[in-house]
Amino acid sequence: MCATCGCGSDGKTTYQLIDKNENLEQTHGHHHPHEHSHKHEHGDKHDHPHTEKKIIVVEQDILHQNNLLAQRNRGFFDAKNILALNLVSSPGSGKTSLLESTLNDLKGELEFVVIEGDQQTNNDADRIAATGIKVTQINTGKGCHLDAHMVLHAIQSLKPKDNSVLFIENVGNLVCPAMFDLGEKERIVIISVTEGDDKPLKYPDMFYTSTLCIINKIDLLPYVPFDIEKVKANAKKVNHKLEIIELSCTTGQGLDIWYKWLKSKVLLPDLVY
Amino acid sequence: MHELSIVMGIIKIAEDYARVANALVIDEIELDIGTMSGIDMQSMEFAWTQATKGTKLSATIKKVNSIMAKAKCIDCETEFEIKNYYDACPVCGQHLIAIIQGKELKVKSLLVS
Ligand SMILES: Nc1nc2c(ncn2[C@@H]2O[C@H](COP(=O)(O)OP(=O)(O)OP(=O)(O)O)[C@@H](O)[C@H]2O)c(=O)[nH]1
Ligand SMILES: [Mg+2]
Ligand SMILES: [Zn+2]
Ligand SMILES: [Zn+2]
Ligand SMILES: [Zn+2]
Ligand SMILES: [Zn+2]
Repeated sequence: MCATCGCGSDGKTTYQLIDKNENLEQTHGHHHPHEHSHKHEHGDKHDHPHTEKKIIVVEQDILHQNNLLAQRNRGFFDAKNILALNLVSSPGSGKTSLLESTLNDLKGELEFVVIEGDQQTNNDADRIAATGIKVTQINTGKGCHLDAHMVLHAIQSLKPKDNSVLFIENVGNLVCPAMFDLGEKERIVIISVTEGDDKPLKYPDMFYTSTLCIINKIDLLPYVPFDIEKVKANAKKVNHKLEIIELSCTTGQGLDIWYKWLKSKVLLPDLVY
Repeated sequence: MHELSIVMGIIKIAEDYARVANALVIDEIELDIGTMSGIDMQSMEFAWTQATKGTKLSATIKKVNSIMAKAKCIDCETEFEIKNYYDACPVCGQHLIAIIQGKELKVKSLLVS
């Protein structure tokens, strides 16, 4: 059982870098600091010395370990002027589709790297690799979210360049990833019009902790009972600072607004002091 | 089920502190959990039973201080209890609120022997 990594009690997270034809698989083993460092020399017969009850004041944030690692990632990103973006959504809202469009359309202008988080398979990483962009697939096993520790190991193999944009596609889940800071600059929540317009009210943590909300699959609006004004109002009720962009990865409608947003977040190297 | 990760985090913190204090048994653990911390208490109980097996916390009494979430209206500065992020200010009806309490997720203390 691993206390730093993932939800799964087997804790077996794997990392696979997919860089053109070079493959490199590493399974991350964990060194557990749980062993007793001192030996109890005394036998069973005599009294044990620690029998008195005492209170230990702890006052420690349970997410402290994750937050420390997230800050470490953030420091690395800041030092290299890397724009790290954490993409979260329910399964199938279109995270990978949005990345495919973005990478294909902007790879001539910006430098990209991608981390894909899924419980199983390299399917999403293979889709990213097909665009020619370097990607590391994290398989979390039973874990339903990425954490800062996993991202730390993923960037060790990815080695993102200075001034690049790092997309981190989280595990498809609108609940668990909300609590885990990865060290990203912005968190982007994606919903699609085939989901209910009360999503922001049902899963408020994700909307509360995100800075941008993308409403995807607007090409399907004529066919589904989805009130876009209502979903926007609901999202704003949960987080009044949330920016909202409507688009369709299939038709390309609205992608220009997303690209404008993305470029506005990229700090040009000569503007960084 | 991020609650499982949370419970593992608690176990790590508690075992680390107990080891430093040379304690053999953790009799009690006191936790602060805000009502808007993102923890579902039923999932937490389930994860607790599963994850503490075979650890120093398998027989530990868990005391949870549930901390009621409070927000402050950005417009009129009224402070009020909230249940949801989208709750409006009871005085002016605005949704522009800042959460000032209820996001806690903390190990407060241990009773060891
Ligand atoms: N009609 C329509 N379909 C879309 C659009 N964007 C994505 N899809 C489809 O939605 C399905 C899921 O898209 P993905 O991009 O794989 O979604 P995801 O969020 O990466 O899914 P997970 O990684 O499994 O959580 C695919 O069949 C896409 O072709 C869109 O704008 N319009
Ligand atoms: Mg995907
Ligand atoms: Zn590690
Ligand atoms: Zn969860
Ligand atoms: Zn989880
Ligand atoms: Zn008010």
